[in-house]
Amino acid sequence: MSELIDLTAAQAAERIRAGDLAAAELFEAYRERATADELNAFTWVAESAPARNGEASTPLGGVPVAVKDLFCTEGVPSQSGSRILEGYRPPYSATVVEKLADAGAPLLGKTNQDEFAMGSSNENSAFGPVLNPWDRKRVPGGSSGGSAAAVAAGLAPWAIGTDTGGSIRQPAALCGIVGLKPTYGACSRYGMIAFASSLDQAGPFTRDVTDAALLFRHMAGHDRRDSTSLEFPGEIELPKREDLKGLRLGVPEDLTGAEGGIEPGVRENYNATIQLAESLGASIEPCRLPHAPQALSAYYIIAPAEASANLARFDGVRYGLRVDGDKDLVTMYSRTREVGFGDEVKRRIMLGTYALSSGYYDAYYGTAQKVRTKISEDFRAAFERFDFIVLPTSPCVAFELGAKLDDPLAMYLNDFLAVPMSLAGIPAISIPSGLSEGLPVGFQLAGPAFSESRLLDAAYALERAIGFDGSRARG
Amino acid sequence: MLDRDQVLHVARLARLELTDEEVDRMAAELSHVLDHIEAIRELDLEGVAPTSHVIDVTNVLRADEPTPSLSREAILAAAPEPLKDGFGVPSPGAA
Repeated sequence: MSELIDLTAAQAAERIRAGDLAAAELFEAYRERATADELNAFTWVAESAPARNGEASTPLGGVPVAVKDLFCTEGVPSQSGSRILEGYRPPYSATVVEKLADAGAPLLGKTNQDEFAMGSSNENSAFGPVLNPWDRKRVPGGSSGGSAAAVAAGLAPWAIGTDTGGSIRQPAALCGIVGLKPTYGACSRYGMIAFASSLDQAGPFTRDVTDAALLFRHMAGHDRRDSTSLEFPGEIELPKREDLKGLRLGVPEDLTGAEGGIEPGVRENYNATIQLAESLGASIEPCRLPHAPQALSAYYIIAPAEASANLARFDGVRYGLRVDGDKDLVTMYSRTREVGFGDEVKRRIMLGTYALSSGYYDAYYGTAQKVRTKISEDFRAAFERFDFIVLPTSPCVAFELGAKLDDPLAMYLNDFLAVPMSLAGIPAISIPSGLSEGLPVGFQLAGPAFSESRLLDAAYALERAIGFDGSRARG
Repeated sequence: MLDRDQVLHVARLARLELTDEEVDRMAAELSHVLDHIEAIRELDLEGVAPTSHVIDVTNVLRADEPTPSLSREAILAAAPEPLKDGFGVPSPGAA
């Protein structure tokens, strides 16, 4: 049994396809672990393996997947971590969830998250915080904290989440697993309960880079129901590269300098990983991204602005909570939203509404959109000289529950190193690069739009050289 | 930087009935965040085009072919006040 749990998803799929393992047995092993979850990583777990045969002939072999709460799943609670959607069971499933089921990865369960994906610690969930499997007094990161904790703790073979400004990469880093934020448009957003539509992107959480490539391959692709989704150019290859010869890696000193607030232990690990990359044949040079330090400010205008519009749909009319339905319409709207939304969601709705309000629109939203242009230009210029930009994923390791709850700005600064790529819409991957004070550190590689295959290949070579062992978190 | 009246105005726009305690807290917290964000207004962005979307796609069209949609029953099943033909809401005028 524990041997089953130690297989990567790709290894498990291989065994099932070879006839050495029954898909139902694997599903049940994970279902039992997910049901006994002590981390609060799951908000719902499947009652039984799906009744169907032929998994052995599917590309994903019947290896089940854990899915972040905000992906709509037909007939299954999809609450986006919010009280306003408590008990909501959608009549349809997100495209990405359907694609994975079709490829042979059935739904294992739904995972806890910060409410409407707003947060970096998973403490903003209406269903309680998720605990980090490396140290249960600490946060798993967020917003996709449940997906990250579930994979790290071996409660799920792999999982999917969403990244708007770091919500895949940061929890992957804090839990010692791999997280990929794909190019904007690579995966359909249909059926994802929206936070900030110009930034939201689905991606995989996995134990290793090979699993990430395999899962992402079956998530990506154009969807007629999301007109911003694009056909992925070329094949998404499984990684095989063993060295980094000839690769030019850029160190973005505008982000890795003092302003980033990078902890000494994280910096030490980062420097060691850079040296390792050099020993694998990469060339390392400093690189300028002069506007990237302003990304966080632009992000905290653009994302709340989009959120304030997206979350207008939660008004007690079509689904979810309704409060004071015997009062007049506007009172019903306002009280439903007051009771249904948590503190951070209200904060962002207020921030976004303010930034879009008459007299402030140009000063905030218009300015932030121009900064976004400059950030994209910075990356474009950098990628003329470099294959990838490399930097820590998070400035810190997992922090203690409650440590940053009273200071929203301190919480926002967790995303300082993740947000620039989100604004530029480019792919970035976080891989575990070692421990600091006994807690995982993430190393981030970012590349040009649709460079995922090359990015995964480089991450794979580095992963092999690092030799990170995450088995302790599986208990 | 944001005073109580501004917070109340924005809350009205956002259809949020904040408590008194929340209004005070929101004024302090939003001011703190805005102080940090203000820094971008000092950048020279003269003549820079805004980016609303990173992908250069416009007017994405598809063939106008009718396809089945979800049934009315399936949609109304999740509504707080389902009526036979739609969503029940309180009167806009009721006190």
